[in-house]
Amino acid sequence: MITARLLQGGGALRWTLLVVGLVVALALPWFVYPPIATDMIAWALFAVALDLLLGYTGLLSFGHAAFWGSSAYATGLVAIHTGMPFYVAVLAGALVAAALAVPIAYLSVRRTGIYFAMVTLAFAQLIYFVANQWRSVTGGENGLQGIPRNLFGLDLSDGFYFYYAALPVILLGLFAAWRIVHSPFGRVIIAIRENPARARALGYSVDRYKILVFVLSAFLAGVAGGVYAIGHGFASLQEVYWTTSGKVVVMTVLGGMGTLWGAVVGAGIIVQLEDYLATAGIDANGIVTGAIFAITVLLFRKGIWGTVAQLLGRRRRDDRDAEPGPVRPATTTEEHADAR
Amino acid sequence: MIRTRGLVKEFNGFRAVDGVDLEIGSGTLHALVGPNGAGKTTLFNMLTGFINPSEGEILIEGVDVTAMAPEQIARRGVARSFQITSLFEELSLLQHVELALQGRSGQGYRFWQSDKRLRRFRDEAHELLDRVGLLSSAGRPAGALSYGQKRALELALALALSPRLLLLDEPTAGMGIEDVAKTIDLIARIREDRTVVLVEHNMKVVGSLADRVTVLQFGKILAEGDYDEVRADPRVITAYLGESVA
Repeated sequence: MITARLLQGGGALRWTLLVVGLVVALALPWFVYPPIATDMIAWALFAVALDLLLGYTGLLSFGHAAFWGSSAYATGLVAIHTGMPFYVAVLAGALVAAALAVPIAYLSVRRTGIYFAMVTLAFAQLIYFVANQWRSVTGGENGLQGIPRNLFGLDLSDGFYFYYAALPVILLGLFAAWRIVHSPFGRVIIAIRENPARARALGYSVDRYKILVFVLSAFLAGVAGGVYAIGHGFASLQEVYWTTSGKVVVMTVLGGMGTLWGAVVGAGIIVQLEDYLATAGIDANGIVTGAIFAITVLLFRKGIWGTVAQLLGRRRRDDRDAEPGPVRPATTTEEHADAR
Repeated sequence: MIRTRGLVKEFNGFRAVDGVDLEIGSGTLHALVGPNGAGKTTLFNMLTGFINPSEGEILIEGVDVTAMAPEQIARRGVARSFQITSLFEELSLLQHVELALQGRSGQGYRFWQSDKRLRRFRDEAHELLDRVGLLSSAGRPAGALSYGQKRALELALALALSPRLLLLDEPTAGMGIEDVAKTIDLIARIREDRTVVLVEHNMKVVGSLADRVTVLQFGKILAEGDYDEVRADPRVITAYLGESVA
C-alpha cells in the first residue's frame, strides 16, 4: 500500500515525478544520441502497453511483437503510399494492430498463465510467417524500405527534430495508458488480476474485460511500433519476431510490473544498454541483458522502479492509514499465479 | 424462487451431486446442511454458474439459468459469498464495495473516464460497511483484515449487489462465538426483503435462522423440513453420528 500511495496515491510526489519525467523526456536528445532517444520512447510506450496486460490484468502476453510489428508495416505502407503526415500513418498502423488483436484476444483470453502466453506466442509466429511470405507487401526478408517522415512539409531528416515530432504521440499514448489504469475500467482489471472468480460473482464478465484491455494494449503497442518504423525509415521482420515479444517483457519486468513508470525505466535501460554494447563492439547483448534480468528478478522482485518506490516509501510510513489509497501495483509473478 | 430438477454433477465418475430436486420458496431462509463431502458446495457452485451441471436443470425465478455464466447469474440479482474467503487482497475495503456497486451499474467498461466517478458510490459503500461493522477499517487493504472481518466483508460485497437471492456459503466458518452471534444478527437483518440460501455446519446458526432445512448426504437429499423435524429425523441422526448411536 505504501508503494501505491507513492506512485498513484496523489499528492506532491506524483506531480514531482510527472514534472521530472517530462523534463527528462524533453531533454533526452541532448544527452542521448537522438535516434536512440526515439527508440527509447517508442519502446517505453510499448512496455507500458504490455504492462496494462502483464502488471494490471495479470496476463503475460508473449506475442506482443505481433501488434508492434504489424503496426510498423501498416504505418510504413500508409506513409509510403499516401504521403500523409506520419501521425495519420501511425494512427492507421495502431488501428490495424487493434483490429488484429480482436480475434487473437477472443481466442486467447479463455486461457490463463503459461497457456495464455503460449497461445499469444503462436499467433505472433503466425503473423511472422505471413510477414515473411507476403513479399509483395512486406518486402519479405528485405523488409519494408524507404518509409518517409512526412509532416506538413517539415524537414525531419535530422533525428533530433524527429524526436520532438514523435514525442507528443508517445506522450499521448502514455497518457492514455495512465487514464485506462485510473478509470472505472482500471479498477475492474486490477480486481480481475487479484481474483477473477470473485470479479465474476460481482457480475463482471471477466473474458470481455480481458478482451478489451488486450485490444487497448495492442493499440498502444501499435502506436509505439508505428513511431519506431517511421523513426528508422523501415520495418523489418525483426519487428514481428518473437525476440521482440521477449524483449518488451524483459523491459517491463526489469523496470517493475504494474507501475507504468517501471516499464518506462526498463525500456530506457535496455535500449541504452544495447546501444552501449553495440557501440563498444561487444557482441554479448543477450548474455548481458539476460544476466541483468536474472539478477533483478532474483534480488529485486518488484523490479527497479518497484524497489526504489519501496525504499522511498519507508520514510512515509507514518501516514499509512490516512487516505484510502488506490491499489498497490502488482509485484511478483508469484502473486499473479496466486491470483489465478 | 429456485427449482432444480434432477441435478447431477459428476467428477470423473464420482457423483458429487446425484439427482437433487430442490425447491426454495420466495422470501424463505433455506439452509443446506450435511456432513463433509455431501455435495453442498458443489450444489452451490452450480446454482451460481461456477460449475456446469452434468445433468438436470436449474430455474431461478422461472428462468432457466442452467447454462449461464456466473456473471450473468449475478446480474439477475443473485449474489453469493465464498466458503474460502475470496477477496481482492490489495484493494481497500471501500474499493471492494465500490467495485461491487459499480458491477451493478454496468459502467465498468468506461476506460476513458476518471476513477473519481466511483466516488458517487462512496456514501452507499460507507453505509454497507457500517452495516457489517467495518466502517472504521474502510481504508485498509482487505489483506490486513482478521478472519472474522473478512467474512463480514464477504457479506457486504454480496449485499452491495442488492440481490433478490443471496447464497451464503458457510458465513460463520472458523469464527469465534462472539463473531458467530454477530453474524446471526446480521443475517437476520438482511434476510428481510430477500430469499437466502445458507450452507452451514453450525447447527446453532441453522436453528436460529432457517425456515427450512435440507439435509444432503452423498449428493442426495436425505431429509427436508423445518429445523425441529429434521433434527428429530433418525436418518439425519445416523448420517451425522453414525450407526451405533441410532
